[in-house]
Amino acid sequence: MHELSLALNIVDIAEREVKKAQAERVTSISLKIGECAGVENDAFDFAWPAAVKDSVLESAKKDVKTVPGKAKCLDCGHDFDIHHLYDPCPDCESFFKDIYQGKEFFVESLTVI
Amino acid sequence: MCATCGCDDDTQVRIQKPGQETVHDHHHGHDHHHDHHHSHERTISVEQDVLSQNNLLAERNRGYMEAKNIFCVNLVSSPGSGKTTLLEKTILSLADTKIYVIEGDQQTLNDANRIDATGTPVVQVNTGNGCHLDANMVHNAIHQLKPEEDSLLIIENVGNLVCPSLFDLGETHRVVIMSVTEGEDKPIKYPNMFVTSQVCVINKVDLLPYLDFDMDKAKEYALQVNPKIKFIELSATKGDNLDEWCHWLKHHLPETVA
Repeated sequence: MHELSLALNIVDIAEREVKKAQAERVTSISLKIGECAGVENDAFDFAWPAAVKDSVLESAKKDVKTVPGKAKCLDCGHDFDIHHLYDPCPDCESFFKDIYQGKEFFVESLTVI
Repeated sequence: MCATCGCDDDTQVRIQKPGQETVHDHHHGHDHHHDHHHSHERTISVEQDVLSQNNLLAERNRGYMEAKNIFCVNLVSSPGSGKTTLLEKTILSLADTKIYVIEGDQQTLNDANRIDATGTPVVQVNTGNGCHLDANMVHNAIHQLKPEEDSLLIIENVGNLVCPSLFDLGETHRVVIMSVTEGEDKPIKYPNMFVTSQVCVINKVDLLPYLDFDMDKAKEYALQVNPKIKFIELSATKGDNLDEWCHWLKHHLPETVA
């Protein structure tokens, strides 16, 4: 259940940003989660209310954008969509690939008041 | 609530040596400054990695260890795959090497006591309800352990094939251990752990005659996830092929350590 720690890391980031902006609280938060980031969306949603309780994020609306996985085959150079870390290149079936998108987990922006 | 492990006040992160009183590491300051500035709603661009704080601390640990010429291995696996036994046997086999150990478990000093019995300096991190070690816990444990220069530091992570994979601790190498009593499809069931490890130790090979474990299939799965992973098959309990593991460790130790 590392999704709880991740949610608590987001609370830390939000607390810092709210303080910096001399704001009171967050009304909405925008997150980017990559398809191959190792984050289980259901577990993350489950952990969220417990993590944000009594924080600046308590009443914030959470907007999650899923970033699709993209990889480049290191053998044949083919560029392809990837959904699992173990997906091979659809062209040459090589497992050597560079996943250049879809592993990120970012706080994109915060709307504060 | 605790920012590291999500625990409540009665289940906290503890870092202690065997026989030592609890040192409680639990400041994860959520300072709630609710300054009442009556301003308008505005959007701030943050673009910050959720794990950035952990990654920064991990790099700090890494820098500390590089400066002191310490080779650090992070052992990860599911519970019961034989991490602690492998550690005990490694310590006995590398008697000439200065070894330090950080033990991670949710509760108890049991593993630290096993390592302490070998005479090796050890610190136990109890994560309470937490499912993994993070860079901050390791940072604090290193402070207690005070490893000497030119040494080997082995971190035994919390037995869990999921959560520890996302948390860089500042280790030099990550080693995933799977045992033949587990299914051979572990690597594709828990790909994050295998993709972030450089070595896969396959333990308990002495039990192979009694099991249906398909070694080739297991390796094939692991290579699908991480084509560069190196395998070492051994039995920590019986000592079979322990030499290959110790050789790998010695080969990677900085020259003055080996």
